[in-house]
Amino acid sequence: MRRSARTRLLPGALLLALLSGCANAPDSGAPDADTPDAETGQPLRVLAAASLQEVMDPLVQEFTERTGVPVQLSSGGSADLLSQLTQGAPGDLFVPADEPTMERAQDASLIRQDPSVIASNTLVIAVPSGNPGRIGTLADLADPQHALVLCAPQVPCGAVAQQLAQAADVTLAPDSEELAVTDVLGKVRSAEADAGLVYSTDALRAGEEVETIRIEEAAEFPNRYPAAVLAGAEQPELAAEFIELLLSESGQSALEQAGFGPASEASG
Amino acid sequence: MSRRPTGGAALPRWVLFPAAAAAVFILLPIFALLTRIELAELPRLLSSEAALSALWLSLRTSVTATLLCTVLGVPLALVLSHATFRGSGILRTLILLPLVLPPVIGGIALLNTFGRQGLLGESLELLGVQIAFSTAAVVLAQTFVSLPFMVIAVESALRGVQKEVMEAAVVDGAGPTQLLRSIVLPLILPGLASGVVLAFARSLGEFGATIAFAGSLQGVTRTLPLEIYLQRETDPDAAVALSVLLILVAVVVIGLTRPRSAPDALR
Repeated sequence: MRRSARTRLLPGALLLALLSGCANAPDSGAPDADTPDAETGQPLRVLAAASLQEVMDPLVQEFTERTGVPVQLSSGGSADLLSQLTQGAPGDLFVPADEPTMERAQDASLIRQDPSVIASNTLVIAVPSGNPGRIGTLADLADPQHALVLCAPQVPCGAVAQQLAQAADVTLAPDSEELAVTDVLGKVRSAEADAGLVYSTDALRAGEEVETIRIEEAAEFPNRYPAAVLAGAEQPELAAEFIELLLSESGQSALEQAGFGPASEASG
Repeated sequence: MSRRPTGGAALPRWVLFPAAAAAVFILLPIFALLTRIELAELPRLLSSEAALSALWLSLRTSVTATLLCTVLGVPLALVLSHATFRGSGILRTLILLPLVLPPVIGGIALLNTFGRQGLLGESLELLGVQIAFSTAAVVLAQTFVSLPFMVIAVESALRGVQKEVMEAAVVDGAGPTQLLRSIVLPLILPGLASGVVLAFARSLGEFGATIAFAGSLQGVTRTLPLEIYLQRETDPDAAVALSVLLILVAVVVIGLTRPRSAPDALR
């Protein structure tokens, strides 16, 4: 007469499994701004790399004050944003964190006209505060005693790190090749790693938990942020206007304050 | 005696509609994934060194984590099911926390425990144990998120064991260990089996705690879900192929571990 416990167990266990699965995916890029009311009409839809999110906020505000058009900002990993666009997500303006992603968007005919570089970024060595591994230069990272964390070569920051190491003739044997620059920073912040290569802007955002060591050769390998109006844009003129704002004096000074390099230097 | 709890005749018709919706909701995305596969490319995509080493690492770590969950989880479930001490309810709730916590938080918690700056980090370093960036860290992350599944599965099974059966065995002179071995364990076997399946499946799919705690290096810490996430950056087709591989492994494991004759378990 006894029923097996299994039949009673499964619904509860499956429910719990479902709950635990919810938080697996990092940054899915949710819209950041409120949806506009009927009077102001359609918002300008901007898809921008996660590293630009904080610096975008004041610029979005300036744009809305100037044009009266609200901006709906979706920020996320560049590859995530690209795959959303490939799957038909609507958007007016695309600002990924590197040029290869923009090239892929162009190959997929997602882009209306040639992109403009709006900012650049360089790699720095990030070490936990106090520098427990006593790292001084890029060459120090070759010492296998140090726990070194890089981005995987498939991720933009990892590709730049590889080029940089090659140019400086340093062989790097990382203990971990992370999937995103934020994961590298996380390992350095928690002092799990003695050093990691991250963008200067990320190191700046990490505050006092992280010390930054400049790399001389890094200036030769800037990572460029291109911006382009999307082929499916419903408001292409406004999107172009937003790019102009990014390139304007106020746009460039906001980017500079966040640790980005200027657009003009990067395009040279 | 074979009294099925829900006979086909007793089922109201309207239940079929939400039931069908539920089945479609689960199966449709998996079908959509399958339509993305390019068969001609599949052998190349699945036989890359990175893919094979990720698969092998995932299998090794998931099996180890499942064993740990069994060795640690079954005794815990036994204790909890007998627990009468004050606070046992709170203890049960806390132990099930990893089920509802986002896995990333589990990873951060593990980092603060076993990491170099963690609670146990210094003691471990004195013993010469380095967990950071090692395969052991992957197994710890998987065990952390999977253990509650085993505890729930076995504890529910234990609640189904009738007191009369146990009392009869004690009257017949069975000691506690003998009672456990020859009466309790055989009776909870179906529950234990679903615990094993759930723990293995959860370990195989583990992503968040692993990336936050163990890192990602081919052959050492980069399991199949991490490899899939990475491939998505540059080669979405390879990511789809690997996803299908992961689904296949999960289906095979569930098929093999499921109790042979499921209807028997309902008698």
